[in-house]
Amino acid sequence: MTAGTGTFWENLPNLSIADIMNKLAEYFEFVNVRYALVVGIFIAFCSALLGVTLVLKRFSFIGDGLSHVAFGATAVATAVKLTNEFWLVLPVTVICAVLLLRTGQNSKIKGDAATAMISVGTLAIGYLVMNISPQSTNVAGDVCSTLFGSLSILTLTSNEVWLCVILSIAVIVIFFILYHKIFAVTFDENFATATGTNAKRYNLVVAVIIAIIVVLGMNMVGSLLISALVIFPALSAMRVFRSFKAVIFCSAAVSVISATAGMLIAILVGTPVGPTIVAVYIFGFAIFSVIGFFVGLRR
Amino acid sequence: MPQLSCQDITLGYEGKIVVANLSFTVSAGDYLCVVGENGSGKTTLMQSILRLKAPMSGQVVTGDGLKPEEIGYLPQQTEVQKDFPASVREVVRSGCLNGCGMRPYYNRAQKDMADENMEKLGIRDLAKRCYRELSGGQQQRVLLARALCATRKLLLLDEPVAGLDPKVTKEMYDIIAMLNQSSGITVMMISHDIAAAVKYASHILHIGNQQQLFYGITEQYLQSELGKIYAGWGGAKV
Ligand SMILES: Nc1ncnc2c1ncn2[C@@H]1O[C@H](COP(=O)(O)OP(=O)(O)O)[C@@H](O)[C@H]1O
Ligand SMILES: [Mg+2]
Repeated sequence: MTAGTGTFWENLPNLSIADIMNKLAEYFEFVNVRYALVVGIFIAFCSALLGVTLVLKRFSFIGDGLSHVAFGATAVATAVKLTNEFWLVLPVTVICAVLLLRTGQNSKIKGDAATAMISVGTLAIGYLVMNISPQSTNVAGDVCSTLFGSLSILTLTSNEVWLCVILSIAVIVIFFILYHKIFAVTFDENFATATGTNAKRYNLVVAVIIAIIVVLGMNMVGSLLISALVIFPALSAMRVFRSFKAVIFCSAAVSVISATAGMLIAILVGTPVGPTIVAVYIFGFAIFSVIGFFVGLRR
Repeated sequence: MPQLSCQDITLGYEGKIVVANLSFTVSAGDYLCVVGENGSGKTTLMQSILRLKAPMSGQVVTGDGLKPEEIGYLPQQTEVQKDFPASVREVVRSGCLNGCGMRPYYNRAQKDMADENMEKLGIRDLAKRCYRELSGGQQQRVLLARALCATRKLLLLDEPVAGLDPKVTKEMYDIIAMLNQSSGITVMMISHDIAAAVKYASHILHIGNQQQLFYGITEQYLQSELGKIYAGWGGAKV
């Protein structure tokens, strides 16, 4: 990124509020910066919604596994010179999500072992393909940016932005339509099934949605950090709030605010986008832990 | 026609039989207590009635206008819910889901029903509290209220008093008896406590040694050899 001319620490103390405003206004002239913010906010919102369910169902490892799958698929797509990698990466990740969920329910292969197998396998294949393919001259750089999402969110095309916004809206609408069913299945799968809710179907929907979020989120923070996007807002909200609804809304709010702040900071001081966003999430988690501690004392 | 009839069902896991050839019926207004030692297959029996697990052979049939998904269920306590953020109201309302169909949200009538059931069980003032921060007795009441939202006809209760102190246990039994007598809800309850079973239940099903040892009305059970042994111990736990 071209943001700062000096290093982070040189830039930091020199910024006054007016400077910051000017600088932001300057950057907002760039359509790519606006795209990045829009996409970032949508993804942050979606991942926070689903993150609560994943954390509570002990499914959060699936998000991690899927991010490696998405990395492998991206590498292959790049190697075979696909113009739009999305159309390979999304289906592959969705299929793996469904497979992981199936094996997770199968007692013979334990879910976490299956996830580890698939995620390590795809990671290795992805790296191999990147090395072999004549496409990439800078393997280390490519791997690094796919894993940590250093630049790609600032290089989105308007088509990608539309796709991302439409998928995000679909995820949000589906989530709110299924909200009570997702709550029931997450809280007590047996009771929900016994009273006629098709728990397997909703688990499947959740897995597919997660796959979509992981693929979208890769653009923002890269595949290695995507789990942070899913886990941190939920865990932060759960520190303070005690009802499902409050946790969902708080986690969405925390996520959107942190992601926005993270992106602005990254743009202003020239740090890599993904790790900066995750650092802000960690900061948010610390704040909520402190609040949670005091709320706990008062109870 | 009975609300529930089990015809010669055999239950087991992966080909291994847990209990074989169970046959009994539950009719409107009955209070059936299922007794038997740990691991005799009581929970498994409930799971096959709820269609969570298919029996190895035989059939579970519902009748008398009862649909299988209209059975209220109070599960044996599980660990899963320990750190779950959920308010009492959210948990109770989730019992209404089987009345929603395609509708994504609860309607006024369902919300009122949830409130009524909380009132009935004396947990109305806990509505906004967090489920996991309640005492064991309060949690059982919440889950019972949820089960009541799912049914107007038949409740399946799996060890509803396990882990509760004597006073709270008595309160729980009284609530269940009240639901059975005043609200006309059929009850099928798993219990270890034979003294309470013969005191409250109209029918007894005793399973053990992988088979059905007794099924019939409570008076007959007390007359039977088995009943004399177990109930004669004056409330010994099976
Ligand atoms: N998921 C399972 N897989 C295999 N065996 C099981 C499973 N659940 C229970 N069992 C076995 O089935 C038997 C009956 O269990 P259960 O119905 O829970 O007994 P109860 O409720 O009467 O104490 C036990 O021997 C138990 O070990
Ligand atoms: Mg049991």
